Amino acid sequence: MKLDWIDVGLVSDIPPMGARVVRSGDGDIAVFRTADDQVFALYDRCPHKGGPLSEGIVHGRSVTCPLHNWVISLETGGVEGPDQGCAAQIAVSVDQGRIRLALPRAARAAHG
Amino acid sequence: MCKGKIVDAIAAKGLQSIEDVRAHTKASASCGSCTGLVEKLLKCTLGDTFQAGSSVKPVCGCTSYGHDEIRKLIRVKEMRTIPEVMQELGWTSANGCSKCRPALNYYLLCEYPGEYRDDAQSRFVNERVHANIQKDGTFSVVPRMWGGMTSAAELRAIADVVDRYQIPSVKVTGGQRIDLLGVKKDQLPAVWADLNKAGLVSGHAYGKALRTVKTCVGSEWCRFGTQDSTAMGIALERATWGAWTPHKVKMAVSGCPRNCAEATVKDFGVVAVESGWELHVGGAAGMHVRATDLLCKVVTAEEVLEYCCAFLQLYREEGRYLERPWPWIERVGVAYLQRKIVEDAQSRRALQARFRHAVSFTQKDPWAERAAGAEAHEFTPLAEVTA
Repeated sequence: MKLDWIDVGLVSDIPPMGARVVRSGDGDIAVFRTADDQVFALYDRCPHKGGPLSEGIVHGRSVTCPLHNWVISLETGGVEGPDQGCAAQIAVSVDQGRIRLALPRAARAAHG
Repeated sequence: MCKGKIVDAIAAKGLQSIEDVRAHTKASASCGSCTGLVEKLLKCTLGDTFQAGSSVKPVCGCTSYGHDEIRKLIRVKEMRTIPEVMQELGWTSANGCSKCRPALNYYLLCEYPGEYRDDAQSRFVNERVHANIQKDGTFSVVPRMWGGMTSAAELRAIADVVDRYQIPSVKVTGGQRIDLLGVKKDQLPAVWADLNKAGLVSGHAYGKALRTVKTCVGSEWCRFGTQDSTAMGIALERATWGAWTPHKVKMAVSGCPRNCAEATVKDFGVVAVESGWELHVGGAAGMHVRATDLLCKVVTAEEVLEYCCAFLQLYREEGRYLERPWPWIERVGVAYLQRKIVEDAQSRRALQARFRHAVSFTQKDPWAERAAGAEAHEFTPLAEVTA
C-alpha cells in the first residue's frame, strides 16, 4: 500500500507523558508523547482485549493499558513481560514541532 | 496456571519473590487471591533462602523503598514534586511506572494540600477524566445522590440525558446511585453540563476517594428507626465528598441495629441506637468479606461527623496507596485508632481540622470545571483523517 505523510498536529498539542487520538477509517490511532518529547503512534488497541492504549499511563518508552495493566513498548508495539502480542505501529516523523503519520495515500486530516 | 509451571519458573529463572513470580508467570498477578499459595510454593522450592515479608516490600520495580519510607522521606526532606522524589531517592527508571506514579501523586497531594499541583498524567484514566472506563473504551457516569436521596426533578434530568445522548444502559448501583453506562468520551463534557443544570455533580464513583454514603430511611419513615439515618448520611457525604484517599472509601448509616444500610461491611459504618450512634470501621464486602470493628459509641450527630473526619484523615495520612481501610486497621490494630481518635480529643480535633483543610481545596465539582472547558484536550481527538 502506498503511504503519505499526513500532518495531524503539533507535539505541543499532546501533554508530556500523555497521548491523543487520531480518528481514521482504519480505527483510532494513539499518538504518544514521552517525557523527553519523543512521539510514537500505535493503533489504539491493546493486543490483549482491545483496550484503548491512548488512555494508559505513559512511562519511559512504554504505556500501561488501562484495562488490565499490560505494558506495551511504544518503540516496537510489542508486549513487555510474560504476555505475548503486538500493537500495530504507525511510522511518525516530527519536523519543527509538527507531527506527521505515515497513512494510506489520499488520506486528509481535519484538525481537532 | 498450574503448580508445576510455577515451580519450574522459580527454579529455571532463579525467581526470589512474589513479584518475580508475577512478572514471569502471571500467577497471583490478577486478583491476587492465590498469593498465599504462591508464597508457599516459593518457600517450598527455595527453602531457607526465601524470606517472606522479612524486608520492606518496595512500591514497585523502580525503587527499593516501601510506601511508609517514601512518605516519611517526602515529609522529612520536604520533597514537593514527583521528579524531585524520583531524583532524590534514586529511582531506577526515567519517569516511574503505572504503579509508583499514582502513589507518589497521592502522597504529595496528601502532604501538601492546596500547594501540590496534581499531576494528571500520573493518575489512572478514571481519575484523569472523572468517569469509569469500561471494557469497550466507553465510560460510565454516576451523579452524586447525597445519602442516596433523589427527586423527581433529578430523575427527569437523568432520563432526558439518557434520551438525548442515547446512553445504552441505566443501572442502579450497590451504593444506591444511578449509573449511566456506555457514554462516549467526547460526549462526557456535554452530558456533565446537562446534569449540572439539574444540580447533579460528580459522584466520584471512579476515584480512590469518598464514593457513597448508603442509608436506610431511618426514623423519618421506618417504624423501627431510632435516629434520622438519612439526614446523618447526607451530612456525612456533604462533609467528606471530594476527599482523595489511598483507596476507595464507602460509608453507610443504618437507623437501627437491623442495619438495612449494611453499615457493618463498610469502611466507615454508623448504626443508630436509642441512645446515640455506634461507629464501626474496617468492613469489607468484596473479594474479602470482613465485618467492621467497633470504634466507639457517640451521642450526637456532630460527634459522628467529627469522628468520621478524624478517621478518614488518619487513613489518608497513614494508609498505603491502594490499601483499603480494613487491611490498614489489621496492620495497626483498632486499639491504635481508638487511642488517636477516641481517647485523645486533641488528636481527634487536629485530625478533623487537617481533613477540613484538605477538602477545602478539593470540594469543587470536577464535572463543572470540564463542562466549562477545562482539560479540553482530553475530550477531543487530535485530528480526524478521512480516506
